[in-house]
Amino acid sequence: MKIKKKQTDQTEADLTPMIDMVFQLIAFFMLVITFNDNEQHEKIVLPKSETVRPTEKSDEVPLVIHLTKEGRAIFGGREVEVDDMANRLRNHIDVKGEETRRLPVIIRGHRHAETGKVQDLIKICQDQGLEKFALRAKAKVRNQGATGD
Amino acid sequence: MKIRHNDNQEKIELQMTPMIDIVFQLLIFFIMTFKIAVPEGDFNINMPISAPSEGVPPLDEVPPIRVRLTANASGELIDIRVNDATSYGTNFEGLRNFVIKYVGHETGPSSARESGEVELVCDYGLHYQHVIDAVTHCSGTLDEDNNTVQLMKKIKFSPPKKKAT
Repeated sequence: MKIKKKQTDQTEADLTPMIDMVFQLIAFFMLVITFNDNEQHEKIVLPKSETVRPTEKSDEVPLVIHLTKEGRAIFGGREVEVDDMANRLRNHIDVKGEETRRLPVIIRGHRHAETGKVQDLIKICQDQGLEKFALRAKAKVRNQGATGD
Repeated sequence: MKIRHNDNQEKIELQMTPMIDIVFQLLIFFIMTFKIAVPEGDFNINMPISAPSEGVPPLDEVPPIRVRLTANASGELIDIRVNDATSYGTNFEGLRNFVIKYVGHETGPSSARESGEVELVCDYGLHYQHVIDAVTHCSGTLDEDNNTVQLMKKIKFSPPKKKAT
């Protein structure tokens, strides 16, 4: 008996719409991605403020000190007790030079950190000759709700 | 002339698989590293090294508005008191209204909003969020168009107190 070979058509999926979408997604992510999150730290949940406005970029790189909920300071990627910050800052100034004292200090405190610790931190910085301080906060849209977790 | 129809031309197929592989890898990378960036901003605080000596301030110096923030044992705010007199409970809008009245409508270098000062006196254990709330309400307000209107420019902390044990 003669067996008829069935001619199977190879179906080709049309990939064009998918590739279009994927490229659009990539373009979107490339545009919105920010790599300059050196100043951020995953342990820190900043307090919110409705009147704070995004800071303008300046040429000078500020000293960023994080303060965790537990009251420990994070400076240069290392977590230390607030009291040990004096040594850390002194070393930093020794390495980077005296002009470091003119740089602003940005304090990124956790919203549930103790205020006294923030003040202690400012005092320690002052003792090292630092004078400009800024408290960092997250912008909050008005009527977003008070201070929900 | 005889025109040859080249009907037997082979369709060139592009190999899409490697490109799709790479594109998907890129997509996954961007999705994994994507972080919704919430805008952040700074409040400048006025903390000169030469802390003013305690005692009677010079006559020409306007005394700062003292905002006392009292916390309970768990760090929550229980009282806002201005100049050791008026208490606003935990209502920061009351504090803001006080500051708005204090600064008036004057602007310029000699106005209260430029030369005046707020001194925050906070309990050691107070949650930092409440300090930022106080700074927010003393330093500015929002108009109808959501633009920030500056109130008090200079804000400072009183010297830290040791934690009550």
